[in-house]
Amino acid sequence: MDEVSASASVPTKGAKKLLIFLVALSILAFTFSFSERSTFYTCLPPRTHMSISLTWNRKDLIGIDPLSREEIETIFTAATAFKRAMEADDKKQPYLDGRTVVNLFLEPSTRTRLAFEMAAGRLGADIITMTGNASSLTKGETLRDTAQNIAALGADMIIMRHSASGAPNYLSKVVDIPVINAGDGSHSHPTQALLDSFTLLEKFGRLDGKKITILGDILFSRVARSNIICLQKLGAEVTVAGPSTLVPKTFEAMGARVSHNLREALQDADAVMLLRIQHERQSSTHFPSLGEYTSMFGLNKERVKWLKPDAIIMHPGPINRGVEIDSEIADSNQSVILQQVTNGIVVRMAILHLCSCAYKNQPIELPS
Amino acid sequence: MSNILWITGGRVIDPANSRDAIGDVYVIDGKISNNLSEEQQRFAKKIDATGLVVAPGLVDIHVHFRDPGQTHKESIRTGTAAAAAGGFTSVICMPNTSPVCDNAGTIQRIQDKVARDAIVHVYPTGCLTLEMEGKCLAPTGQLKKAGVVAMTDNGKCVQSNEIMRRAVEYAKMFDLTIMDHCQDETQTEGAVMNEGEWSLRLGLRGWPKSAEDIMVARNVLLAELTGAHIHMQHISSETSIDIIRRAKERNAPVTAEACPHHFEFIDADLHDYDTNLKVNPPLRTDADRKAVIEALKDGTLDCIASDHAPHTETEKDCEFDHAPTGMIGLETSLAASLQALYHSERFTLSEVIALLTNKAAAICKLQAGTLSIGATADICLFDPNEAWTVDASKFYSKSRNCPWHGKSLKGAVKATFVAGKPVYDGQSIIT
Repeated sequence: MDEVSASASVPTKGAKKLLIFLVALSILAFTFSFSERSTFYTCLPPRTHMSISLTWNRKDLIGIDPLSREEIETIFTAATAFKRAMEADDKKQPYLDGRTVVNLFLEPSTRTRLAFEMAAGRLGADIITMTGNASSLTKGETLRDTAQNIAALGADMIIMRHSASGAPNYLSKVVDIPVINAGDGSHSHPTQALLDSFTLLEKFGRLDGKKITILGDILFSRVARSNIICLQKLGAEVTVAGPSTLVPKTFEAMGARVSHNLREALQDADAVMLLRIQHERQSSTHFPSLGEYTSMFGLNKERVKWLKPDAIIMHPGPINRGVEIDSEIADSNQSVILQQVTNGIVVRMAILHLCSCAYKNQPIELPS
Repeated sequence: MSNILWITGGRVIDPANSRDAIGDVYVIDGKISNNLSEEQQRFAKKIDATGLVVAPGLVDIHVHFRDPGQTHKESIRTGTAAAAAGGFTSVICMPNTSPVCDNAGTIQRIQDKVARDAIVHVYPTGCLTLEMEGKCLAPTGQLKKAGVVAMTDNGKCVQSNEIMRRAVEYAKMFDLTIMDHCQDETQTEGAVMNEGEWSLRLGLRGWPKSAEDIMVARNVLLAELTGAHIHMQHISSETSIDIIRRAKERNAPVTAEACPHHFEFIDADLHDYDTNLKVNPPLRTDADRKAVIEALKDGTLDCIASDHAPHTETEKDCEFDHAPTGMIGLETSLAASLQALYHSERFTLSEVIALLTNKAAAICKLQAGTLSIGATADICLFDPNEAWTVDASKFYSKSRNCPWHGKSLKGAVKATFVAGKPVYDGQSIIT
């Protein structure tokens, strides 16, 4: 899918680099062979010499598709270290000290933008946020020119949200500095999927064989697409559910099960992810009304009983209370919605840190 | 003494006359002749075509030259140079220029420029409706008098079935072919690629095949109702092909064309959001691609046309959603067709040439695409086996939006003659 653009690796120094890579790999394998893989936390390498045991060769994060399971777990290893430090009130981790991170948000966002700002801030970076919309950009300056100007100003990294699918693939070809996708059109939202899986792993230890249902507007959702890919890479089984016009059968080609029967989609699920109905991307023809949606697919007190008692409820936000989810459900003990937000910071810290290290060809150090 | 050309020793392929044999082609004063007298032979300019195919000059019934109005993308001069370099000697230009060709004055303006600048024969088309808005009929009779060879709102599809019915009924009176770009716009709002697995994966808005199929079916019904000849442009859908095949079995007056990109590329090729592969109708699935090839073989699709659609590099250098649709094709059409059809051993050389010459010319009854005695001596010499790497930066077209750029193709044009006059020698345009 976006293999070409996203697999960009740092400049190599030929054989020497390869040797370091192999050594790192063998140490990693050694570490794994001595750890019990059933619980996620024990995947963590020993606290000292962490810089040797992590391998990460991508300067860009465009999508989940090119990532291997090992790479995803590397991100979680780093995120876990940042989370531990955060919980120990050791909030500032100045790995990006003196670097400038540009948040190029060409589509409205609250959570993602704030989480990236906070993540970059905790890493000690200077943050510049530019907001706008892609159409006003196209009226005057092109995305190429905007991005090249940002790079010329000395930015060390661009985090972009864009309404056009594939825009970060394009951006990563235009500039050399790392590009982090903060959501593009209906295509991809890798950091959201990663924080969702991270949250699930905290709950379940591992995802192999777990059943996850994604419910709502799947057709227009980049969150759904990235989650379908990410969850399956981690061994989970994914069901996508909702009205037939928003959940076409074609999603089976991505490996997901497709269901239009809410009860059936909920009853076996270990977790259910709810998605907002994206009015801004739909034409009026996709379903009759929000009221009809709520009556058929909204998660309420009655329907929550269809879930297993220990199933968890997730939502990437923004929540439309009373539409896809009732207030009391969103605020219930089963809901991990706010944990997702908190984890969004440490997962993004991990990604910014790893991509920066790869770009600068530096060893990866983590808080101990 | 007359101007005499004697092309010797080539494999002469003239599908209109079922000719395919090593032989000579004679040209006297711009016309094909059946032989030369001894005296004429002495004065003839001899061209050794040994090892080459000698074919009629190729015919492309679907090109956009952007002239007038958008000559930064292409002009009649550069467009016809690209045609000559691609072996094409006759082209039919679409009317979506600026202003659009919905009046005789614009056609006259094009004809004047063609007389001054064109390197190959250029035939204009007129709009079916005023401003290509699909609401009021364009002055078809006046456009015919000004020289159009077909009527079309190409780039747009007439959405109103009533307007389309009246337009074809009216155009029939003037014996003009109606060409339609088949697209039900109600199903394609915001669409940028084929609807299917890949639009889903890439998060791009899908253009379902059914939007093409519905209009193809509509056109078949209207052609049968009115008896007017409707030509369906750039057919890309397997279902549309099925509809046309059945219509032809009933002798409905319909014809249809295929574009090389629709039998070369598929929607999965968009995996990296290459804007040079953004085209309308979109690249479809592999099943559709194969159906297009099958339909060219069995005659359901009548000919090959490039839909040569130039756009500047700047326009294509952007987010996929924002890029204009279309790709250039005149300088790759022959080689791409040979590669997909002939070198795959599905078609004979003669069958491929027919799709690019006499069968294409027949759609609009052009006097072109044959080496018949007395015909205008439009000739294309090519080496069907020569491999070359496409380098769009070397094209004669003003634009570079070529999806074959960097790819290897087999089949190279060695010379092009228009009315017996050399216009391309395999290296450069001769003027």
